[in-house]
Amino acid sequence: MTGLLSNALLLAILSSAIAAIAIVFTGEKRRNLREGWTLLASFLKFGFIASMIPGVIAGERYEVTLWELSPGIELALRADPAGLLFAVSASFLWILTSFYAIGYMRGAKEKKQTRFFAMLAVCLSATVGIALSANLLTFVVFYEILSVATYPLVIHKGSEKAYRAGRQYLTYAITAGIALVAGTALVYQMAGTLDFQGGGFLTSEMAPTSTLILAFLLFFVGFGVKAGVMPLHSWLPNAMIAPTPVSALLHAVAVVKAGVFGFVRLGGFVFGPDLLREIGMAGVLAGLAGITILLASFIAMTKDDLKARLAYSTVGHLSYIVLGVALLAPTAMLGGAFHMVTHAAMKITLFFCAGALYVHMHYTKVSELDGIGRRMPITMGAFAIGVLGLVGIPGTGGFLSKFMIGVGAVEAGQGIFLALLLVSGLLNAGYLFPIVTRAFFRSSPEHTKYDEASWFMVGPIVLTALLSLMLGIWPDGIFNFFSIALEAMHSVVGGGSP
Amino acid sequence: MSHIPVLIPTSLLLTALIALLAGLRSPKWGHRVAQTGVTVAFLFALAGLRAVLTGGEEIHYPMGNWLPPIGIEFVLDHLAAYMTSLITFVGVLVMFYAPRSLAFETPGKETFAYPAMVLLIAGLCGMCLTGDAFNLYVFLEIAALSAYALLATGDRGAPVATFRYLLFGAVGGGFYLIGIAYLYFSTGTLNMADLHARLPELVENRAVISAAAFMVIGLGIKMALFPMHFWLPDVYTNAPSAVAGLIAPVMTKVSAYAIVRLFLDVFPPGFFTEALPIASTIGWLSAGGILFGSIMAIAQTDYRRMLAYSSVGQISYVGLGIGLASPIGMIGGLLHIMNHALMKGCLFLVGGAIRYRTGNVRIPAMAGLGKSMPWTMAAFTIGALAMVGIPPTAGFFSKWYLLLGALEAGNWWWFAVIIASSLLTAVYFLRVLETVYREPAEGTTAAARAASTRLPEGEGEPPASMLAPILILAVSILVAGAMNVVIVNELLRRVVAPLAG
Amino acid sequence: MTANFLISGYPYFLITVLMVIGMYGMAMKRNLLKKIVGMTVFQTAIYLLYIQGATKIGATIPVRSAEIGTDAALYINPLPQVIVLTAIVVGVATTGVALSLLLLIQRRFGTLDETAILEELRDPA
Repeated sequence: MTGLLSNALLLAILSSAIAAIAIVFTGEKRRNLREGWTLLASFLKFGFIASMIPGVIAGERYEVTLWELSPGIELALRADPAGLLFAVSASFLWILTSFYAIGYMRGAKEKKQTRFFAMLAVCLSATVGIALSANLLTFVVFYEILSVATYPLVIHKGSEKAYRAGRQYLTYAITAGIALVAGTALVYQMAGTLDFQGGGFLTSEMAPTSTLILAFLLFFVGFGVKAGVMPLHSWLPNAMIAPTPVSALLHAVAVVKAGVFGFVRLGGFVFGPDLLREIGMAGVLAGLAGITILLASFIAMTKDDLKARLAYSTVGHLSYIVLGVALLAPTAMLGGAFHMVTHAAMKITLFFCAGALYVHMHYTKVSELDGIGRRMPITMGAFAIGVLGLVGIPGTGGFLSKFMIGVGAVEAGQGIFLALLLVSGLLNAGYLFPIVTRAFFRSSPEHTKYDEASWFMVGPIVLTALLSLMLGIWPDGIFNFFSIALEAMHSVVGGGSP
Repeated sequence: MSHIPVLIPTSLLLTALIALLAGLRSPKWGHRVAQTGVTVAFLFALAGLRAVLTGGEEIHYPMGNWLPPIGIEFVLDHLAAYMTSLITFVGVLVMFYAPRSLAFETPGKETFAYPAMVLLIAGLCGMCLTGDAFNLYVFLEIAALSAYALLATGDRGAPVATFRYLLFGAVGGGFYLIGIAYLYFSTGTLNMADLHARLPELVENRAVISAAAFMVIGLGIKMALFPMHFWLPDVYTNAPSAVAGLIAPVMTKVSAYAIVRLFLDVFPPGFFTEALPIASTIGWLSAGGILFGSIMAIAQTDYRRMLAYSSVGQISYVGLGIGLASPIGMIGGLLHIMNHALMKGCLFLVGGAIRYRTGNVRIPAMAGLGKSMPWTMAAFTIGALAMVGIPPTAGFFSKWYLLLGALEAGNWWWFAVIIASSLLTAVYFLRVLETVYREPAEGTTAAARAASTRLPEGEGEPPASMLAPILILAVSILVAGAMNVVIVNELLRRVVAPLAG
Repeated sequence: MTANFLISGYPYFLITVLMVIGMYGMAMKRNLLKKIVGMTVFQTAIYLLYIQGATKIGATIPVRSAEIGTDAALYINPLPQVIVLTAIVVGVATTGVALSLLLLIQRRFGTLDETAILEELRDPA
């Protein structure tokens, strides 16, 4: 059984990689077959990953070791709760995104669709690879593949602006990747191993504090860029030039979460909470995350472009998760881990809606949305659910995760972050509610009768909105997300099954 | 007794002669002979590699049965097997590639080009196989002379650039020869193993120290070690693509190999770090070279010139590995010899394919090629990413070992240089990558293409004989990355054993 | 002591001087042909270095003869001679290639003046 599921680990990564090749060879002429590959791979991939959930919750750790990357360091995969949490949410949302992307790309008559779907599949392989890496070097390999594979998606539009955004993205991503490699080399030099270990494998005896801090800073650059922690965030809003499915899946779920997940690995499995506290870097990280949360909200208010506003909202919300890690309190960590899932569900809903508005109405600005709720009630209803979750209204998943981070802040004796959470909740409301009120409570002569986007797009929107509701009402109901998050927390701080 | 050590160079030397005679009949026959000969040599090299790996022993072959130290012997050990396999592998691929490319770029000169290419490969293989310090000089000059002849057939500026290379090469070879003179007069032998046995008593000897200095400087010039690299950019820029695809990957590397050989198997351990502390000098010069080459490459608008400056930077990685003088650092340097050979080979051959289809290789003229030459450009992408050092391509791993080596030595400056150069490399390659995959701009692309010196042949992908070697090299970059631990454990660890002892 | 050294080592000084002259010619002369002359001087100095190192006063050429017998001290070491012979061959080949390059350059640019050629290459008029 274990052996079989270890294969699932490998197949989870390979399925989309193989699909990418199939997509390239199928090509534009047989587009239905091509899209068939995407859908098939997304279902298979999710199936492989989901098959491991019961075992992992029961304390199993599936592992598969491939060849050596460097003497003594293998290309190894392991399904542990933290990784599985990320892998399940990313692969599940890929299924929905696949349907949505088909509707979107055909609806918007985008060019180079083969390249688009192939690179999307590669990105998913890399993301799941990141989630399931058993050691830091394997992580780095997949992380860099993800960085590079996202580039063609960012420049998809082919406009001068898109190339500029792509160049900026690559500059940031490559810098981050190199910092990450340097940090990894440094850690290997200090510890002699790179295997992730709950509670961290670095200790303060291994090297002088200054070296540890240097390693931490290198990792901070490496992960901070993708996680959009200020001051490393500025590529993210510009990268919103990519087609909306990309923004939805990669810039709200996969790529940016890979950075955040890096912080989870860093805080929980490389340095460990104790060492982070000892070298005083946890405070720095928490501080930066707090500043990012506030500033991003303020900037989001000034944006009229819907995707830009959502992008800054993403920047802010990613830092919630980073904050959850940096507070070093078990409950906060749990909240952070759970926020990875809830934010993914909520933010993908909002981006899907933004895409539907663009394809169906060619709207990109908040100020154009007056009364649209009457024409597209399902889309905007789903949007409203997502907004409620992001603001943190009790009963939604967003409330639950923020609540736990807040409790963790009190546990850690840093009540100021609780205050920050409350303020930021208000700020979130400040920039998100106006969109909903415009859509539903203002009227416009243009929008009188019901006229929704294609079901390829509306279907996924409804599902993701339902998912974000479910996560609040019954957090363990779907795919045992809460249990996995709980296990992930336990794997770092001990307690529960190892 | 196995004859493999001697079969590799002699089969090539013989091939060169027959290829010339056959080529006089018709260039096509010349190519066929050369192609066959190099392939046979490649097979011999592989057989040698296998023999070394399975036997685990060096194979010594005394020439004419004159036993050393009187006679010259050929030695096939792990390092030699590694180098000859690499050289002949690149050689075979370039031989496949050459006919269409040469016919396009240097029509009418193929008859003499093929024998010269075979001679070049023979010289380089001979350098790696010989166990005699003076014999190494002879093979060095064989390789150099055939390289001069080949390079001079390139573009308008080629003879001038080659002439300058010849002068530098003469000084480099001369210095090496002076070093041998000192070495011989103080030890009375030229056999490398014999030298290795006799030199430990003479580490304080001034003549031996100056011998080492002369030899390293001489080979440093040949290897284009910064700041003795001035000859290189012009030469690579003006060379015919197929020739550049052969010379850029392996030629400077073999000189680097010779320095490594001096370090590991001729002079006693620690000689270059204590008696003559030249290792760290090489390391610092290389660190400078890495930065210089990368920065200069950014400023270029000619694809080949960019690659040439990039070569100055990349050969310095090998130098950095030598400079670290530790097992892990040297492994990084040696691994980079192979990785860079595969990457640069791929990129230069891509340059030839671009020239074949567009008439020139100016970067602005490359816009839109991603669409018309998707496979070639996919190979280019892999090569470029490997140059930047993106895992899991091969280029990442040599840098990884060098990073570990720099950390182990506690040399933060070199650590920083490796990191910085990755960024700089990213700058110049990603710029090209972006150009390749964007739509051709009306004015600039057309203007750049109009500046072609030759009319392009057709459109789309290059002919299969050119595309196949490019793709094989691109795949081998990935394979070499995945297999790097095998290479390190089976071959390179044995090579650097003297450093660990 | 110093004087002794100067007297016994004077060939080496001459060789060094020759080498420097050769390298000066290669580096500083504008005419490419003169650069070749410099190169030849440089190479010749190296040959002389070998010959000087192998010189033995009172010994003869290394061809065994019955009169002298088998005392190795009475023969000059043949190896440096052989090396020089090989080096001369290499040198001649290099010079030959260099001259043919000059031929090519002369035909293409109509001059052997380095500055003029570089100018022409930079700005092909």
